[in-house]
Amino acid sequence: MRARVLIRPKAGILDPQGVAVERALPALGFDGVENVHVGRLIELDVAEEGQLQPMCEKLLANPLVEDYEIQVLG
Amino acid sequence: MKFGVLQFPGSCDEVDALEAARMVGEAELIWHRDRDLQGADAIVVPGGFSYGDYLRAGAIARFSPAMESVIEFAREGGLVLGICNGFQVLCEAHLLPGALLPNVNLRFTSRQVRLDVVAPDTAFTSACPPGRQLSIPAKHSWGRFHADAETLERIERDGQVVLRYAQGENFNGSVGDIAAVSNETGNVMGLMPHPEHAVQELTGGSTDGLSIFQSIRLAAERVAA
Repeated sequence: MRARVLIRPKAGILDPQGVAVERALPALGFDGVENVHVGRLIELDVAEEGQLQPMCEKLLANPLVEDYEIQVLG
Repeated sequence: MKFGVLQFPGSCDEVDALEAARMVGEAELIWHRDRDLQGADAIVVPGGFSYGDYLRAGAIARFSPAMESVIEFAREGGLVLGICNGFQVLCEAHLLPGALLPNVNLRFTSRQVRLDVVAPDTAFTSACPPGRQLSIPAKHSWGRFHADAETLERIERDGQVVLRYAQGENFNGSVGDIAAVSNETGNVMGLMPHPEHAVQELTGGSTDGLSIFQSIRLAAERVAA
């Protein structure tokens, strides 16, 4: 089973990468850009869908500072 | 008194930690695949880029066989010091509260920092000269200590904040200027600056780092007595 995990900095935690990208875009002429956040994307094949959440909790994300979203691609 | 210094693939400060520890006691390296802590009285989890810092700094090292033994050792009250990457590993292992995030300046930064000893009577600071700041090098890109508001209130209240960056020195953006935290029972501490690099005037800018190792020795001797 193919799956995708999206990992984002938790809301309210300063995301300096997002801030840097947000500041860079207007310099290239892209105006009106706000709320940029930079996270990680992990794609993987798993035997069982039920493995994904414990994997995220234990290793793939740090739930203290990151939110994760699991997408099962089928 | 014997220190055990962990060594992961990607560690780079384990030899400095070993040499610093040998200035106050015996010390041996412990390979990451080894579960045997060789009878060490205190463990140092050193700096570097364990397992390439892949995923998140410290995330993979935390599950190494040696760390499993260190987690058990810490839960039984054993003294554990995490330096830089070692601090990140101890947070990932939930032996310490909070997490380390990328520096607010998004740069790898290497500089001497002055630190206030906020808690002078811990197992890691009792030998620090009273009322004096420490001057120790810091070098990292993921050193911004973060804890949620509730955790922060608790660690401040319970005296778990051990060192703070002195005024103007908090280059990484750590919450509350926190440079070092301990666990609730005070036997585990992590810090981002490198005491093992400040044990000789020639290279360290000071010998202030030695007082951290001397404190651990005193604490280990108290346990043994």
